[in-house]
Amino acid sequence: MSVYSWTSIITAFSGTNLSSLLLLVAVWPVLGFAGLLRPRSVRFVARLLFPLGALVCVGVLLKAGAFLASECVPQEIVLPLGLANLPFHFRLDALSGFFLLLLGLAGAGISTFAAGYFRAGEGTSPGLLGLQYHIFLASMAVVILAGDAYLFMVAWEMMALSSYFLVTSQHRIPEIRRAGFLYLLMAHLGAICILLSFGAMQGGSWQFTFDAMRGTSLTPFWATAAFTLALLGFGAKAGLVPLHVWLPEAHPAAPSPVSAMMSGLMLKTAIYAMLRITFDLLHVQFWQWGVAVLALGLFSALFGAVFAAVQTDMKRLLAYSSIENIGLIFTGIGLAILFEASNLRLFAALALTAALIHALNHSLFKSLLFLSTGTVLHATKQRSLGKLGGLIRSMPWVAVLALIGTLSIAGLPPLNGFVSEWLLLQSFLFTAQIPHTFINMLVPLGAAALALTVALAAYVMVKFYGVIFLGQPREPSLAHAHDANWLERIGLMWLAAGCVAIGILPQFALRAAAAVTGALLGQTIAPNASIWQIAPIAPEQASYSGLIFLAGIVAVVGVAFVAVRLLAHGRIRRTPAWDCGYPWQNSRMQDTAEGFGQPIRHMFGAFFRMERDLPSPYDSEPRYRIHIEDRFWRGIYRPLARAVQRSADAMSVLQGGRLSIYLLFSFLTLIVLLVFIL
Amino acid sequence: MLKSHLAAQLLNLLAAGLLLISFAMLSRRRTQRLITLFAWQGSILFLSTCLVAYDASLTELYYSAALTLIMKVITLPWILHRLMRRLGAQWDSEPLVNIPATMLVGLVLVIFAFGLAEPISMLATTITRHTIGIALAVILLSFLMMITRRKAVTVVIGFLAMENGLFFAATSATYGMPMVIELGIALDLLVAVFILGIFFFQIHEQFDSLDLHHLETLRED
Repeated sequence: MSVYSWTSIITAFSGTNLSSLLLLVAVWPVLGFAGLLRPRSVRFVARLLFPLGALVCVGVLLKAGAFLASECVPQEIVLPLGLANLPFHFRLDALSGFFLLLLGLAGAGISTFAAGYFRAGEGTSPGLLGLQYHIFLASMAVVILAGDAYLFMVAWEMMALSSYFLVTSQHRIPEIRRAGFLYLLMAHLGAICILLSFGAMQGGSWQFTFDAMRGTSLTPFWATAAFTLALLGFGAKAGLVPLHVWLPEAHPAAPSPVSAMMSGLMLKTAIYAMLRITFDLLHVQFWQWGVAVLALGLFSALFGAVFAAVQTDMKRLLAYSSIENIGLIFTGIGLAILFEASNLRLFAALALTAALIHALNHSLFKSLLFLSTGTVLHATKQRSLGKLGGLIRSMPWVAVLALIGTLSIAGLPPLNGFVSEWLLLQSFLFTAQIPHTFINMLVPLGAAALALTVALAAYVMVKFYGVIFLGQPREPSLAHAHDANWLERIGLMWLAAGCVAIGILPQFALRAAAAVTGALLGQTIAPNASIWQIAPIAPEQASYSGLIFLAGIVAVVGVAFVAVRLLAHGRIRRTPAWDCGYPWQNSRMQDTAEGFGQPIRHMFGAFFRMERDLPSPYDSEPRYRIHIEDRFWRGIYRPLARAVQRSADAMSVLQGGRLSIYLLFSFLTLIVLLVFIL
Repeated sequence: MLKSHLAAQLLNLLAAGLLLISFAMLSRRRTQRLITLFAWQGSILFLSTCLVAYDASLTELYYSAALTLIMKVITLPWILHRLMRRLGAQWDSEPLVNIPATMLVGLVLVIFAFGLAEPISMLATTITRHTIGIALAVILLSFLMMITRRKAVTVVIGFLAMENGLFFAATSATYGMPMVIELGIALDLLVAVFILGIFFFQIHEQFDSLDLHHLETLRED
């Protein structure tokens, strides 16, 4: 590397957003390795390094926000790292800026929480955990900032590996090892698809920078091949059905901050990459792509919601809910592709905005909920919903903050989940303008499925919150559960504040998303967003104002409170709720998680494979057991695994164990090769 | 010219000796005889390398000839003999099935090697170019010996003989390899023999014999 290029790098580092972002990102690995100095000290690693990492997150958030608020002129830096003649290209544009914003926003909350969460004696030592954690964060940022396929793949694999080690941090438990293996397997299958997709995208030029890929014009066949492979690869990472199987296993296995990072942030990198490839590199060519993504997205959403409704493990429930939300995001992307390919730019921008904002929202409320389950887990050592309950009294902080997350994810105004789901439904309303009759007939069905999914998600959240925090404790030990410590509280509050802020003032998030849609589609919605309301297409058609909603809610609650205090007797009385004249209620009489999910299990019976053990009426100690299995296991994965096993067995005939046979193999190979030369 | 001609004749003679020894190795039953043959092979290699060095006036080749003498004629046979004594296997002999058939296969291999070497000899400019075929034949015959043997020690001798063939091929095609590579190979051989010696002990301890068919039981079902 010549002196000239080094100086050019140094000058490039002096001012731009991208260079300072890269420097910030580089702090994470430094923090990670600093943890190895005193790997066993929880105080040093968790209480000092993790908060510093959270500060870096805030820095990334501010930098990305500043970039999005500016003109969003793409910036590029080439670093002479990596292989010879294959330097690393970094690129910052509106799309990567938006996802960095997301990473910084949710990452700051998660890191702060993690600072209070990790304790000694839980699997991997804190120093190692901190290293893996910060490498994970940095590799996600590099994935988002990568400007060529080579750097992208390196960072992508680093992300997969570091998260694998985080998932298996309690590797002494066999189930966790199995979950980790499944995750690693799916991650690698996905990575192969992504690699092939990049191979298809270079179009014979053998240039692997994104700039070159943007410029190549592919034949319809190769473009579709690249798109399909990317959908498979990133779908596997995002948890799109039927590639979702690793998700409900890996998320519960990981420590809660890691689950939050994986669900909140890592799944979003797949969304980012999908958008990057579809809209930026392949320039959306066929409306059929949109139909495929839309169908997969809707099915995943419905599937995730239905499965979440019948879970009894709180983290598995959230994992299935992640599948549902990813499905919603993909639904938005599919609609955007459909509109864009039909030359309906404005509606494409609307659908894409919905997808982007939902991604942002999901990163906030899903992290919040996963972190809340972490505090519950620490306080009670229980993950099963059947042994929780009534925690609102012993853990008031977590209960209130989790309630905000629950309401957001259920899509209630004035919180953020409502904004994105409302935008998504709005974009469904314009599908009538698509110039394909057949699609026109089918899309209303999709809208219905979406509405059903959203309603089911709300149902799931009532179950989640109600069973954990409300009612009576199902175990006597729960009465002594301790609340979150102050670092954990700050992390939770940060995320909850994000949920509330985006819900009440969605204008800022919309403006950030508008920068992206402007860059990808050349079109933005809501050009004149006022502080009072957002109106995506036209104010006379539909508009939403979080502030007015909030004011309305505050007014109604205030009036009711004042009226009760003034007009009624005003005394506070704690009594059991309405008991139907039977005062001896205990916790066994409450609705259980199984009971709550039972109607869904009946209505959507076709989705599940169930095994039930019903106790006999004469059993003195009756036990009821139900095992619910994914049909995809038996439908796809088991036969696939068997086929692999069979072919491996067939190959093992070669391994006879006799040395002379092995030697003969190489001898024959040698002879054959020599004959070829001849 | 005369010097070169004489040298070429001598070299052909030595190469023929090398090939003969390879065939002899294929048909020997006694392990100790094999080690002796291996030493003989090494000394022929030493002589031929000296001859080439003298003829082409290359000092480097003298060094590699000396290396050959030390390694392949003295050190390795000595180590192998010692090993055999330590393992109490110096009187070992192994049953060889169908020596005539093996010899026939060997003949076919020699013809194949000569056919293969023909275009290479055309390109080579060294005086030794006619011997490339023989060098290849020695390699293939040693490989064949490795395949037909069942004792661990004899397989290793086959491996070492193969290296001899490679060395001979290198001297005949290009007047030897660069010194660094030769030193590296010599060191590799020494280390390989040490490690394999350790394996012998382990195998002997485990199965009370050096017969490789015991290893078949190690296969995982």
